[in-house]
Amino acid sequence: MVKKKFNGGGKKIIKLPLTKKDVLSLNVGDRVLLNGQIVTGRDKVHKFLFNERPGIKEIPFNLKGAVLYHCGPIIKQSEEGFELIAGGPTTSVRVEMYEHQIISDYGIRGIMGKGGMGRKTLKALKEKGCVYLHTISGAAVYLADRIKRVVGVWKLEDFGMAEAMWVFDVEEFPAIVTMDAHGRSLHEEIEKISYKELKRLIGIA
Amino acid sequence: MGLLQERIVELYRKAATSLPQDVENALRQAHKVEEEGSNAKTALTSILENIRMARETEKPLCQDTGIPIFLVKASKGHSQLELRNMIIEATKIATVEIPLRPNAVDIITDKNSGDNTGIGFPIIYFEESLNETLSMELMLKGSGCENVSQLYKLPFEELKAERDFDGVKRCGLDAVFKAQGRACPPYIIGIGIGASRDQVTRLAKDQLLRSVEDTNNIMVLSELERKLLSEINQLGIGPLGLGGKTTAIGVKIGVNHRHPASYFVDVSICCWANRRASFTW
Repeated sequence: MVKKKFNGGGKKIIKLPLTKKDVLSLNVGDRVLLNGQIVTGRDKVHKFLFNERPGIKEIPFNLKGAVLYHCGPIIKQSEEGFELIAGGPTTSVRVEMYEHQIISDYGIRGIMGKGGMGRKTLKALKEKGCVYLHTISGAAVYLADRIKRVVGVWKLEDFGMAEAMWVFDVEEFPAIVTMDAHGRSLHEEIEKISYKELKRLIGIA
Repeated sequence: MGLLQERIVELYRKAATSLPQDVENALRQAHKVEEEGSNAKTALTSILENIRMARETEKPLCQDTGIPIFLVKASKGHSQLELRNMIIEATKIATVEIPLRPNAVDIITDKNSGDNTGIGFPIIYFEESLNETLSMELMLKGSGCENVSQLYKLPFEELKAERDFDGVKRCGLDAVFKAQGRACPPYIIGIGIGASRDQVTRLAKDQLLRSVEDTNNIMVLSELERKLLSEINQLGIGPLGLGGKTTAIGVKIGVNHRHPASYFVDVSICCWANRRASFTW
């Protein structure tokens, strides 16, 4: 569910999971605050989901409508459970070759990370109704403060702390929509602008 | 645990949790010049808040605590093997105590060692110090930015880059253009020029240990650093790569002699979290 927040500088409040309607209401440039559960996944999770294609019953978490967060957190494990220490985004483009199929196979509605993604993912966002959210690169403690609880983990033994699939409960987790379900990508636009500047500066054709 | 080993654990803590003041100053300056209400300004506000929170709570300011790279300067008579073992033990302790994220993955088994140690991990370089002291510098190099660093062999026709400083500048601009916002800008750029691939890559990394605020004592290089920084900031990539005036906050260049047949330029890109710390024993 997406609500406009009036006292937060025009930020849109999002209650997870996302519906297709929510996704279609989001546009490049929108600033959002996420509330609810998000799921992490990076290099190994993507490679595994892409190649092994486990059924939804084999995954202990519901990925339908989920936001998949490209993040390899630092988590302290003690007798009381898991304590999140730091949890900023990792570079999204590394999973470009996998993401389109994962969006399609598992009904994911939001991809969150940093740096943006490529053409294949942008196409999948449009076809399947999904959105790319850019959060704050390197702001791992600031963002960990918005992660209220570690709900669970999958593949911790196999993939290790940084690469496991974690589920977090988040409150007012900030992000900016930089690729939307309408085919727009802020990353492509910035690349075009910077290419024009590069050509001007070094005089290449 | 010996006193020196304890000191190395603290070196890790300082590097991981407290951004050097010169880098923070540069980010504050960037925050000042970005436009009110822009993505760039908003991002830098959060980044500065993150730096404060990490320092106060002594938590790693980025979850990627990187590849630890040590530069050890030891006086005559110190055993490099003993120092290396001490660093390895301190790394295991720091990983649990701070904590650091375990980042050392075995190529053969694809398993994470869990304690940030393994073959060639951490990276340790030794030099002999000129006096009786022992000093250690530690850089925690994030791997997002390691992935976008580039090695060039000049001349490189595609960029019209010849074997001169203009050619070097073209390499720097191209590397940052290719990196776009993937590696956490605003960046600090280290460049090494010289005879062989391994040497220029190391030299470029060494430049990242310099203060963002220093001035190169070779005038022509100082001029090149200033010019390249100004041109990088005309690319418009900006903080986080979402547009803006500040794509980089520093360019640092080092040179070695080259072979007549070769002119290698390594462009080492560092994320805004240029984490480094040092001590003298």
